[in-house]
Amino acid sequence: MKKTSSLLNAFSAVIKRDLLLAYRFRAELINPLAFFVMVITLFPLALGAEITLLKRIAPAIIWVAALLASLMSIENLFRADYDDGSLELMVMTPHPLSILVLAKVIGHWLISSVPLLFIAPLMGMMLHMETDIIGVLMLTLLLGTPVLSLIGGIAVALTLGLRKGGALLAILVLPLYVPILIFASSAIDAAMTGFAISGHLSMMCAILFLAITLTPLPTAAALKMSLS
Amino acid sequence: MTHLNKLEAYQLSCVRDDRILFNELNFTLTSGQVLLIEGANGAGKTSLLRILTGFRRAESGHLLWNEELIENSVHFYEDAAYIGHNNGLKVALTAQENLRYAQALSSTTLTIDDAMAKVGLAGYQDTLVRLLSAGQQRRLALARLLCTHKPLWILDEPFTSLDRASIKLFEQFIETHANQGGLVIMTSHHETQLPHTLMQKIHL
Repeated sequence: MKKTSSLLNAFSAVIKRDLLLAYRFRAELINPLAFFVMVITLFPLALGAEITLLKRIAPAIIWVAALLASLMSIENLFRADYDDGSLELMVMTPHPLSILVLAKVIGHWLISSVPLLFIAPLMGMMLHMETDIIGVLMLTLLLGTPVLSLIGGIAVALTLGLRKGGALLAILVLPLYVPILIFASSAIDAAMTGFAISGHLSMMCAILFLAITLTPLPTAAALKMSLS
Repeated sequence: MTHLNKLEAYQLSCVRDDRILFNELNFTLTSGQVLLIEGANGAGKTSLLRILTGFRRAESGHLLWNEELIENSVHFYEDAAYIGHNNGLKVALTAQENLRYAQALSSTTLTIDDAMAKVGLAGYQDTLVRLLSAGQQRRLALARLLCTHKPLWILDEPFTSLDRASIKLFEQFIETHANQGGLVIMTSHHETQLPHTLMQKIHL
């Protein structure tokens, strides 16, 4: 009668549950998306409709907006689980916590960043970006936003014990977001000036894989610490 | 649950806010036994339970699960279940979705429908947990124990917000679990009647 649970089962169950929860709270799904769109819209309003200027700074605007939108929703990653006791349930399984943490982060990325990826080309067009540059922007967002969620996870786990961790979270996380922002903008710069972008993209890939393998470990350790 | 399980505590002590809650606590619990932890509010019952789950480190002493330190044991979290003050339920999911999630994370024995029928929640499978009463939510949390395979139950005030009939029912579940070779550690303010099991008591 006893049926053991496989790691793959547990992994997909965590993602599935978080997606289901996001679907039940779908009104909240709009928040980071609306924030993303509004921040980007503010720039042409403030700078005026000067096409060459907008074209020049559009990738930076979109990237910074995506970064802030990700920061805005990252706190939800473990907060609810910590408050209602599901986190304890997740620790007390035969599976390594770091793998389940990775599942939670992937769930968060799917919920908060993937919608941004869909709307980013539209924003690029609004700012008069050229189509091939929009393509590069999308590539950098695709490689970069998972890293934002992965790194943010560590900081969220560290600040769980605090009642108001929001400001501290931003201070902890933003400096760690800098490398990915630099590589993304240099890739886009290279594309705009006609240089090869493969080097920058390879670097972003490397950062992504490094983050996938390494960040779940400190996140899991910090989560265990926050439970004590 | 054929093989024997054993939880041993050696010289546990816990300090909180410079106050010693307990000191040099020793006990051994083997399959079939129930450990009841009693004490006034603030005596350290929950702290002790959180030490026993490995969430919290004891100031001194160590805990062995089947002769392995629990922080090194690969089996401890496979074998232990904990229900604290929070039920660990997602209120935006249905009762069934919550149990299915719990089953996906651990080994399972009973089906969800059977477990829900046992705790008297048959027919509530598709009800959102938010719409259940506090007592029903507690019962659902306890149903999670029944539908996952965990020899060691660590329960913090399991009878909170349960009515008298449900308390009786759960005392029976605890007895059955112990008689099938399980181990139970619990705190309770209620007079707990478990005449058919080997019960140890610790008064903090």
